[in-house]
Amino acid sequence: MDLTAISPTLLIASLMVAATPLLLAALGELIVERAGVLNLGVEGMMITGAICGFAISVETGSPYLGLVFAAIGGALLSLLFALLTQLVLANQVASGLALTLFGLGLSALLGQSYVGVKPPSMARLDLPGLSDLPFVGRVLFSHDPVLYFGIALTIATWAFLKFTRAGLILRAVGENHTAAHALGYKVVRVRILAILFGGACAGLGGAYISLIRVPQWTEGMTAGIGWIALALVVFASWKPLRVLLGAYLFGGLSVLQLNLQAAGLAVPVEYLAMSPYIITILVLVLMSADKSRAPASLGRIFHASS
Amino acid sequence: MLTLERRPEPNRRVALLTPIIAVVTTMIVGGLLFGALGTNPITAIETIFWEPLFGEFAFYYRPQLMVKGAPLVLIAIGLSLGFRAGIWNIGAEGQYIIGALCGAGVGLAFYPTESWLIFPLMVIAGAFGGFVWAMIPAILKTRFGTSEILVSLMLVYVAEQFLASMALGLMKNPEGFGFPGSRNLQQYASAHNAELFTGTGMHWGVVAALIAVIAAYVLLNRHMLGYHIRLTGEAPRAARFAGVNPTRLVLFCLGTSGALAGLAGLFEVSGPAGMVSIDFNVGYGFTAIIVAFLGRLHPVGILLAGLLMALTYIGGEIAQSNLGLPAAAIQVFQGMLLFFLLAADLLTNYRIRLARTEAA
Amino acid sequence: MGQPLIELRGLTKAYPGVVANDDVSFAIKPGEVHALLGENGAGKSTLVKMIYGLVKPDAGTMTLNGAPYTPEEPRFAREQGVAMVFQHFSLFDAMNVAENIALGMENPPRLADLSARIRKVSLLYGLPLDPERTVGELSAGERQRVEIIRCLLQDPKLLIMDEPTSVLTPQEVEILFRTLRKLSADGTAILYISHKLEEIRTLCDEATVLRLGRVVGTCTPRKTTASAMAEMMVGETLTAPARAAVASDEIALEVTGLKARSPSPFGTSLRDITFTLHKGEVLGIGGVAGNGQDELLGALSGELRSDADTIRLGGQPIGRRGPEARRRLGLLSAPEERLGHAAAPDMSLTENALLTGAHRQALTKRGMINWSAAQGFAERIISRFDVRTPGPHTAARALSGGNLQKFVIGREVLQDPRVLVVNQPTWGVDASAAAAIRQALLDLATNGTAILCISQDLDELMEISDRFAALNEGRLSEIRPAQGLSVEQIGLMMGGAHGMEVAHV
Repeated sequence: MDLTAISPTLLIASLMVAATPLLLAALGELIVERAGVLNLGVEGMMITGAICGFAISVETGSPYLGLVFAAIGGALLSLLFALLTQLVLANQVASGLALTLFGLGLSALLGQSYVGVKPPSMARLDLPGLSDLPFVGRVLFSHDPVLYFGIALTIATWAFLKFTRAGLILRAVGENHTAAHALGYKVVRVRILAILFGGACAGLGGAYISLIRVPQWTEGMTAGIGWIALALVVFASWKPLRVLLGAYLFGGLSVLQLNLQAAGLAVPVEYLAMSPYIITILVLVLMSADKSRAPASLGRIFHASS
Repeated sequence: MLTLERRPEPNRRVALLTPIIAVVTTMIVGGLLFGALGTNPITAIETIFWEPLFGEFAFYYRPQLMVKGAPLVLIAIGLSLGFRAGIWNIGAEGQYIIGALCGAGVGLAFYPTESWLIFPLMVIAGAFGGFVWAMIPAILKTRFGTSEILVSLMLVYVAEQFLASMALGLMKNPEGFGFPGSRNLQQYASAHNAELFTGTGMHWGVVAALIAVIAAYVLLNRHMLGYHIRLTGEAPRAARFAGVNPTRLVLFCLGTSGALAGLAGLFEVSGPAGMVSIDFNVGYGFTAIIVAFLGRLHPVGILLAGLLMALTYIGGEIAQSNLGLPAAAIQVFQGMLLFFLLAADLLTNYRIRLARTEAA
Repeated sequence: MGQPLIELRGLTKAYPGVVANDDVSFAIKPGEVHALLGENGAGKSTLVKMIYGLVKPDAGTMTLNGAPYTPEEPRFAREQGVAMVFQHFSLFDAMNVAENIALGMENPPRLADLSARIRKVSLLYGLPLDPERTVGELSAGERQRVEIIRCLLQDPKLLIMDEPTSVLTPQEVEILFRTLRKLSADGTAILYISHKLEEIRTLCDEATVLRLGRVVGTCTPRKTTASAMAEMMVGETLTAPARAAVASDEIALEVTGLKARSPSPFGTSLRDITFTLHKGEVLGIGGVAGNGQDELLGALSGELRSDADTIRLGGQPIGRRGPEARRRLGLLSAPEERLGHAAAPDMSLTENALLTGAHRQALTKRGMINWSAAQGFAERIISRFDVRTPGPHTAARALSGGNLQKFVIGREVLQDPRVLVVNQPTWGVDASAAAAIRQALLDLATNGTAILCISQDLDELMEISDRFAALNEGRLSEIRPAQGLSVEQIGLMMGGAHGMEVAHV
């Protein structure tokens, strides 16, 4: 095994890249769950976003347009979930699973003619001066714009929940929907908006994988990242800044695992490849001791008459 | 403006109707989708739902219905117990893989000894493998309160990697000229889950599925444990008040569904599939979730839903070869079915009324 | 004082199957404290929801200060100066006081400014409150303060209070009344909803009595006797439950140093509870909601476990036993929450009869259920306790509160318990059903069952108890004979004003 093959510069830089899809999807789900809704369809929305973004980018030649449509695609799919759980009052767990199963099928269908196609690449956002700094420049200041958007979104989400009136209302709806309704807040409307935001974020995260991280299209390419994003929200105790931390930890682990594979560690590839999932389970175990942070109305069905 | 009005009690007749409403709606919308893909919708629906049963080659497809339906029913019966109690095992795919690996492992270990004892041993090993795999989320949930949804799902990915490692390593056929995959159990009489009656598709897995349906029916309708399962799902606090031990219930539901999924895997690997290969699992564990809901979590319903879902698999394959309908289209079709079912479920508990708006 | 502040004319609201309000009219003048009196289910809640904009009337009009008033939603009502304190608080446990108050305001100032205003206003009205505290940690009385302050910060012209004293000790009620009188003197009208007659007589200027959705009378409470108002409210004279039981010296249940952690994050843990319960005796446990009532029931029913020796049934240690084992030994219970705890909402009455009756009624054999026997048991409960329902196949949630409560209590009473523990046996139940339930409990005691009755209704406890004690922050007060206890003494046993400071008004 040759550990010198692992360059710390590249490791950290690619860690940030690996973490970004996870971060985006988890931030979206965090908002959804803070509004009291459990959407298990993240994986389905991500993969749908991945193919929407990919297809639009290839067709138009513009990766940015692709990203926009990835967000729209994810949001549209999440609209189905919103209709089911908020208007038709279906069980959230079942609806989320349906969303994932449906999304996987839909993306495979949409993506048939895109297998093996190369997407247009996105220019790195070079920050004059900063990007030229030794080490730090390459590690921190020489990435694609979406990566920075992810970090900005983390801070925005944090500020939204902590300082804004809309954030306060969102938390109130997630905490006690009956009381929020009694005070005259539109529980269903708030939740639908949160679900749409979650869908857009997941779609964007999916497109980041197909357009930037990999970049190509293969069926089922999100490979459980949507599910890890769900776990990440628990890990983060429903706090945005901790989501960022968690995403970087997971990103680091998966990059390290890939690097170890490449460096020829004397462990079969399959065992390294299963490590992110096992670590997710371990982290879940450690974090589930404290459930008190979960929004009190999470997963409960709301109907104004009851 | 339409408003929802909660029924004073769930309407049982509507509950029986909803799957039919869902299937018909899916056929219509699915037909439109197929139309958009350039296939004649009527032909497509006919190919999927009619051809396998009554078409020219029905003699070949009808037994396939058993072969594809058995694992779906077997897994879905197990899942339905947990779903009824609000315990969400969504990692049946992983338990299915591990069951197959354990069962096949036992068989391969005895190769080339011939004995009638080998197959029963494999069955036990298969059930045990699925059981153990499901016990991981069960124990983590009861000990630490970890979400069984996420853990069981994560373990699917772990199981898939494990399967790959086995197919490429330990279980690789030493006489396989370096190709991945194990020995073919169909060519090893003691370990072969052969057809019980030639040409019927009837193998031990089908028998197991039917036994599971009957056992689940008795359990849910006549036994105190089944009552406690239903009670826990309907009103968890009332269940505690009645004296239900939630820990034991989680262990039972996850354990049973794991064992049944493991059995399904074993019957598949030793029968229709024949060997451990990288792409051995084809998503039965996930499709079974749809089957469980489509069957209204009721054993008889699941039997019917399993057959229907098997039909869409077979019909989908025919449509793929005859009409060039993409394989993914049928996956979308199945997903759509679950959507419409969940939507139609509303009618069980709510009435839709034309009414004046009210501040909601 | 010519023009009324708010006037309701012919308000009508029908729900499928029931007419909640039928042609209701009355008016409230500025500064008036107006009582809305009625039994459970008389339509009081629907009426105030219409005034607060949560429900739209089918017919009828309202005017506020002479102008038409049609609140589309609560926000609109608040803008017009109508504020409401809910019976089941509309509060958010995990948030702090200031955030909770901000959520109830239209244009809240910045959180820091709001905190300062909360401190000021709460002191002004004699209801001191710390804006930084998490609401889930507050006592029921303090939580009510949050609701009241939330209303007062908006300078309401009309303040609606829905059953405000059901969660307060007598001392806390005094503080509240002082605040309300001050508000009234400042010109704020108060619509005070209650079924407690004495309270209404001390506080209110005018009263409107509702029965089955209709106005059946109006009166000036100070000039009317409580019994006259009760008759208007109920429509018949009720006979007070009779009892002939004489408690024996034989100990049925002995609880020593019982401790139990609450399973819910904002619940109250039990601390060192000790009492003995004799055969044929009714021990009443009073106290304000959230002081450990649910936990005490859980610890006795077996849902919460404790050390074996802390609970002895007929001398046998049972602290570690689960609910089913305790039932077999004769310790039965009926929790407060009917739907979801005592009964499963979507299951039939037959299935719900099986819920606790499985063993004592021999409804199962080696785990297999005898459904016809279970149905027979359900039918016996229905006929013996006059449960109004189409039959045992009906789902529990389709029953009215009173009927389901009769079913739940009847289910335990018919199983011939040695000890019966009930929590809020007549909560939200109409007067005739309540009387029937109390009578059933007393009859059971006469036959030698020991009864522990946890309730927040002091009148009820005084009516049926032999001895009385109160729960306060998970501790049990000393136990005293019920006869001859004064309201003052009971209030002190319940914790007085709970150490809530009273600012000088």
